[in-house]
Amino acid sequence: MVSLNQLVAVCLMYVAGLFIVAFAAERAALRGQGGWLLRSPLVYTLSLSIYCTAWTFYGAVGYAARSGLEYVTIYLGPSLVMIGWWWGLRRLVRIGRSHRVTSIADLISSRYGKSNTLAIVVTVMAVIGVTPYIALQLQSVILSLSIFAAADVPLAEAGGDVINRGQAALWVAAGLTLFTVLFGTRNLNVNERHHGVVIAIAVEAVVKLLALVAVGIYVIWGLAGGLSETLARIDASDIGQWEVQGSRWAALTVLSGAALLCLPRMFQVMVVENDDERQLQIASWAFPLYMMLMSLFVVPIAVVGLDLMPEGANPDLFVLSLPLSQGQNGLAMLSFLGGFSSATSMVIVATLALSTMVSNHIVMPIWLAFRRDGATQSGDVRNIVILARRLSIFCVVGLGYLYYRASGGSGALAAIGTISFGGVAQFLPAMLGGVLWRGATRAGALCGLGTGFVLWVFTMLLPSFGADVALSSATLESGLWGLAWLRPEALFGIAGIDPTVHAVVWSLALNTLVFVVVSLFSFPAPLERLQGAQFVNVFDHSGPARGWTASVAGSEDLMIMAQRILGATEAQAFFAREAERQGHGQRLPEPTPRFVQALERELAASVGAATAHAMVAQIVGGASVSVQDLLAVADESAQMLEYSSQLETKSRELTETAAQLRAANEKLTQLSLQKDSFLSQISHELRTPMTSIRSFSEILRDAPDLTDADKNRYATIIHSETIRLTRLLDDLLDLSVLENGQVTLNQREGNLRDLLDLAVTTAQAGATRPLEVLRDPQAEDITLTSDLDRLVQVFINLVTNARKYCAADQPQLVISPQVTAQGLVIDFVDNGHGIDAGSEALIFEKFSRITGEGDGAGLGLAICREIMCRLGGEISFLGNVPGTAFRVQLPQSVLAPPARDTGPAVGPVVGADTRS
Amino acid sequence: MPRSPIFLEKRGYRQRRMMDAVRLLPFLGLMLWMVPLLWPVPEILPDATPEPTEPTIAMSVALRYLFGVWALLILATWALWRRTRDVASDGGADTKDGPR
Repeated sequence: MVSLNQLVAVCLMYVAGLFIVAFAAERAALRGQGGWLLRSPLVYTLSLSIYCTAWTFYGAVGYAARSGLEYVTIYLGPSLVMIGWWWGLRRLVRIGRSHRVTSIADLISSRYGKSNTLAIVVTVMAVIGVTPYIALQLQSVILSLSIFAAADVPLAEAGGDVINRGQAALWVAAGLTLFTVLFGTRNLNVNERHHGVVIAIAVEAVVKLLALVAVGIYVIWGLAGGLSETLARIDASDIGQWEVQGSRWAALTVLSGAALLCLPRMFQVMVVENDDERQLQIASWAFPLYMMLMSLFVVPIAVVGLDLMPEGANPDLFVLSLPLSQGQNGLAMLSFLGGFSSATSMVIVATLALSTMVSNHIVMPIWLAFRRDGATQSGDVRNIVILARRLSIFCVVGLGYLYYRASGGSGALAAIGTISFGGVAQFLPAMLGGVLWRGATRAGALCGLGTGFVLWVFTMLLPSFGADVALSSATLESGLWGLAWLRPEALFGIAGIDPTVHAVVWSLALNTLVFVVVSLFSFPAPLERLQGAQFVNVFDHSGPARGWTASVAGSEDLMIMAQRILGATEAQAFFAREAERQGHGQRLPEPTPRFVQALERELAASVGAATAHAMVAQIVGGASVSVQDLLAVADESAQMLEYSSQLETKSRELTETAAQLRAANEKLTQLSLQKDSFLSQISHELRTPMTSIRSFSEILRDAPDLTDADKNRYATIIHSETIRLTRLLDDLLDLSVLENGQVTLNQREGNLRDLLDLAVTTAQAGATRPLEVLRDPQAEDITLTSDLDRLVQVFINLVTNARKYCAADQPQLVISPQVTAQGLVIDFVDNGHGIDAGSEALIFEKFSRITGEGDGAGLGLAICREIMCRLGGEISFLGNVPGTAFRVQLPQSVLAPPARDTGPAVGPVVGADTRS
Repeated sequence: MPRSPIFLEKRGYRQRRMMDAVRLLPFLGLMLWMVPLLWPVPEILPDATPEPTEPTIAMSVALRYLFGVWALLILATWALWRRTRDVASDGGADTKDGPR
């Protein structure tokens, strides 16, 4: 019999051996020796063997003893995935290498636009999914220990009934944590292989294979008596018939295949620790071979165990208890070490993978968010990252331990394993979709993952605790909230399916459906689209997703940051290499987009893509040109274009205003000139009569001896001059009133003939030389609505002018009104000699007198023009007719009846029939 | 695909067909391993009928079949690896000459 103490001693020696191997490997790698071994496909394949955990080592036999050949599906799926490496794994490995992916969460987040949300979701899901698995490993180690304890007769006699399971589990957990911390967090760069860990795992892989094969050979040839006897015994046993349900067979094969791709620890060894595709190619046949050997002896051991072991013995531990019961202590010890190896290697790698995810995607972003000053400032990021990773290792192992204590170490190993597989398999649609389909979006991935995860928790994880633990039996019986279609084991009312198949099919199917549908109907962000193109077309050597541009000053900052994350020597080596490649040896490399890109990937290998991106962005900062930045720049230039066009408009407006101002100024200057000339003219006009008035009044005053006739003559002159002055002043006032627009028009209705009659009569009154006025009474019969008094004033002026200035012997004036489309036109044409062409422009100006003769002040036509302007019409000089011709135009509106009755009508009110 | 020849000499042709085989092998494996879906499964009845109504597949047969397929697939993958390792591991060369 092996005593427990002996066992613990052997176990400790074994662990110490592993430590030594790991140390040796680390040192060899450091010295650059043994690279052929560390990078050999053999070690790669053996490290993949962490897929075969204690679940395989112990659980497979128990599984076979319970349900026949079903256990083999757990290895068939991965075998197919490995054999089909060309389709999926090759792509994943290439992406993992070219993007320096650190974990499955990093891969998914990186693919979907370096979304940290997605990384957090995947990390949390992975932790929840893998924790039971870690607990399972602890449980298997404790179970195997307790088998030895039970067989340890002296200990049992001494009253030490069984080992303290909780305490033992704690010790095992602590040991595993120590190992992982020691060898898993030595170097920060996850892409550099953890040589110590990998070698230790490879050794453990050999040990567990040897142990299982040894037990198998012993069972077949030692206990059953040969191959044919064993087969006969198998056929005769309880599990001697094929009785696997087809649905479970297919579902478990798919599930295990998915788990190989999605399990964080598998991703770690298969993708992250891979450094050559050749390794994968060899593993494509070597790893199925390993798995086949691991499962080859499972059925014989189970059958013989069922035969030989007493009723009620735990079939999960046949591998151990069978040799022990036969007194094969050495074999039992080897078997124990095999199981121990399986458990520890899994826990180490799983913890390493999970801690990388937790520290990169949860701890580091939080730390960065709290440190506003960024990575360049104080503090060594490298230490922080390593500390975060170590803490994460503690947390993950601690969670596993807590789960083990909480679950009480109950339940068949296989069940827990399947649940864990189901959880991580939810990553498959988002991962494969992201790698193979460019249309996959972040929203789709988030929704799909969420759906799958919720369904997995509801249909697989919670029911696994049994009724009334996590879910009440009422919920299990009649569905959530009493809704029959929400029964955890018969969703949508479809009952009668095996619970595992039910959960796997529903969660994966709905996960995929939601992922695809949301992806189809959502639109990815630019970075997401570029990353997607890079991932899907990873073999096309696509260009960098985006360019960074930084100033040369940025290089030093980048160097400082890189040193803090990569470590001084590594960073310097990296920078030197880049400088070499750029062609200037000593100095810092130019921060070309390609260099910054490479640096970001290098950093991503240590802290994850999203964090690295954020850190580089902090330094390169404003000068970084991401696609989003480019878009922002495009937006900005669009805004600038708009702004400049606005400016253009404004400047055009300003030019226009300036032109207007100039015009106004010119006008003002002209007006000022006009005013000056007006003033000089008016003073002249006023002075002439005033001079004569003063002279004659002085004569009257100073000459006492004047005759009455003279007095009378002088008084008459004074009188007439004052009249002239008065008239001049009246005219001026009139003009001023008209020009200021202060005139109020007195709209009345009247007949044109009456108006002309009045005008001619007034103008001819007192005339020495009569003017013959030729009129057309028929045409004059037009009813007008206007300020008739003002209109008559215009007519009087025109007739008077003709009378005064017509130089013909027989002066004649023809007045001819006519109605046109524009309104009323009245021409006044005399038979004089007309006006010089040069004077035409002046005749309407104030004080303009063409001939210099006459007694007018030269205001008449100016007043006429103002009046016509007020009446909405126009007065103009017609140059192309013989004699002097003026045309008075009145708008159409004067012909219409008055809009409102403003005054007494002159003449009969006639309608529109008077129009011609 | 710029300027890749449509027809290759025999060696290149062989290599391409080998890569085709590498791609198709997992589907063959899947089909073979899903054959057990067609095998009869004994009805698990509450009143366990003593006489077997139809012949079931014996465990030894199932074991031999499954592990036989397994060994066959491993052998085939190994053989294909021997024939194609220069092609497939040559970085992007595979995509250059392999129609996808």
